[in-house]
Amino acid sequence: MIDLKNVSRIYRIGSTKVYALNKANLHIDEGEFVSIIGPSGSGKSTLMNIVGCLDTADSGEYLLDDVPIEDYTENELARIRNQKIGFVFQSFNLINKLTAEENVELPLIYQRVGKAERKARVAEALERVDLSKRARHLPSELSGGQQQRVAIARAIVTRPSLILGDEPTGNLDSRTTEEIMGIFHDLHRQGNTIVLITHDQEVAAQASRIVHIRDGKLSEVGV
Amino acid sequence: MIQSFKMAVKSIAGNKFRAFLTMLGIIIGVMALVILVSLVSGATGSVTDSISSLGSDMLTVSISDDKGNPITLQTLEEWMDEAGIGLIAPSAETSATARYEGTSGSVTVYGTTPAYESVNGLSLLLGRFLKFADVDNHTNVAVINETAATELIGYTDCIGEEISLNGVKFTVVGLLEDDEESLTAVFGRGSVVAYIPYTSLMRLSSNVSSQITSFYVSAETDMDTAKNAVTELLMERFDQDDDAFSVSSQDALEDAMGSVTSVLTILLGGIAGISLIVGGIGIMNIMLVTVTERTREIGIRKAIGAGRGVILQQFLLESVVLCMFGCMIGVFLSWVVLRVVSVVVSSLSMSFSLEWNVVLIAVGFCFLIGIVFGLYPANKAAKMAPIDALHYGG
Repeated sequence: MIDLKNVSRIYRIGSTKVYALNKANLHIDEGEFVSIIGPSGSGKSTLMNIVGCLDTADSGEYLLDDVPIEDYTENELARIRNQKIGFVFQSFNLINKLTAEENVELPLIYQRVGKAERKARVAEALERVDLSKRARHLPSELSGGQQQRVAIARAIVTRPSLILGDEPTGNLDSRTTEEIMGIFHDLHRQGNTIVLITHDQEVAAQASRIVHIRDGKLSEVGV
Repeated sequence: MIQSFKMAVKSIAGNKFRAFLTMLGIIIGVMALVILVSLVSGATGSVTDSISSLGSDMLTVSISDDKGNPITLQTLEEWMDEAGIGLIAPSAETSATARYEGTSGSVTVYGTTPAYESVNGLSLLLGRFLKFADVDNHTNVAVINETAATELIGYTDCIGEEISLNGVKFTVVGLLEDDEESLTAVFGRGSVVAYIPYTSLMRLSSNVSSQITSFYVSAETDMDTAKNAVTELLMERFDQDDDAFSVSSQDALEDAMGSVTSVLTILLGGIAGISLIVGGIGIMNIMLVTVTERTREIGIRKAIGAGRGVILQQFLLESVVLCMFGCMIGVFLSWVVLRVVSVVVSSLSMSFSLEWNVVLIAVGFCFLIGIVFGLYPANKAAKMAPIDALHYGG
């Protein structure tokens, strides 16, 4: 479902070119649980941005669900992110003015889902991360782990083909990390495709497949 | 759309003090526009009313040079039979000292004929107006107005009382309603008034002779025909010299008044409009700050699938809601101010009320300002690249 072919992304700092991604190839099948691990500055975030359709490659080809991404306009990319990808970020990235419920509801509003269905799906998503009781709380009233669970609920509420985690446990203590990883495992068991980007060996090791990234180059490590 | 509206209200409510300061420009602008224009139209409305209550179906003729061929009561009598002309009433005016028992006071005395009542649209409360016989016989009868009755005699039921004007005794035969709306009342000129037969005034005042220099004409059918007929008669009489006399209608006065007020309205409206635009710049300024502050939020929204249009709509709506809310407060405060002004100046017989068409203009203008000045910040927000926005400030 994810197919990166010779993808490069180049940043220009002054007159020097920096290859954040250098002819990277990556194939991920549906239902896989893959972690991408690498030190900071290795091109992790760039890879995540491209896979998550937040950014486009300078060269090479990216197929998401067999559809090439390059030709899309900004608005079409937004629609793909909305429908196919669920993001879980390191810093949660919830909107502080909105309650947990409203945060989870937001992608459905952008999908123009009707109100009754929205309510039902939000309730279901919050139930799956075990946060139904906190639905009406603001992010500031929730702990880090709870906020990240809200973020996961927001990611899964659209039933995306891909759940993309960018250091989802980076801001959490080890106990909460376990809790969040537990949710990812559950989601994986339920058939979701999960890609986690991390620099934490322990977290990475929980995936069924680990991909290393260093200086913009990807290398597979046998399972 | 409803969702975006709720979000806009929420984010404005999230920072009430700032929202209020931002709206202040719009509030003041709207108040300036609505109050100034309402005041102008209220004031001119009452003046225009008084002018038209003088009777717009009346011509005022004044003679400056009779060329040795003066107009007399007899002439006017004949002219009343001419086609197009209704009634003609001569008017001469003098100031006299009136006495009644112990009291005395100054009174404006008009000498005229019975036609005056109808031409000038006077309304009689008691008794009768002047009669032809009074004019023919130089009878010493007077018709006075309410003010004259209360100030001089002390009560209004005064038919049959005798007053003296410059020492000559006159019997009061009629009582006229005070003409609150008349031009003379508006301009505050002596409202103590007595009407006596023209011939009696000739005897009372040395300045008034049988040569009539001023008279009023009413139309038989329409004003234009009457005006043409009168002008033709006068031209004929005064050797085709149109400098010898002037014929003016109230229409001309009203027209002049109307053009003065419309210029005034446009001028004041324009100034108020400028202050609204200044308010709009304030909105734009704060919207730009808001967009920068919420860069991260924009990034999140874009990451989870908000397209350009959605973000544009969100911020545009926020600026429009801000403007419209300011506009509502402005209109409300204008209403309060106008009510207060109305109460304070109620003695001037002017009424000030919210001009609904100005309110509509203000609402429309605010809407436009919300869009125009919201467009740039909203577009700035919509154009942000999701990754840049997402990583902004951490």
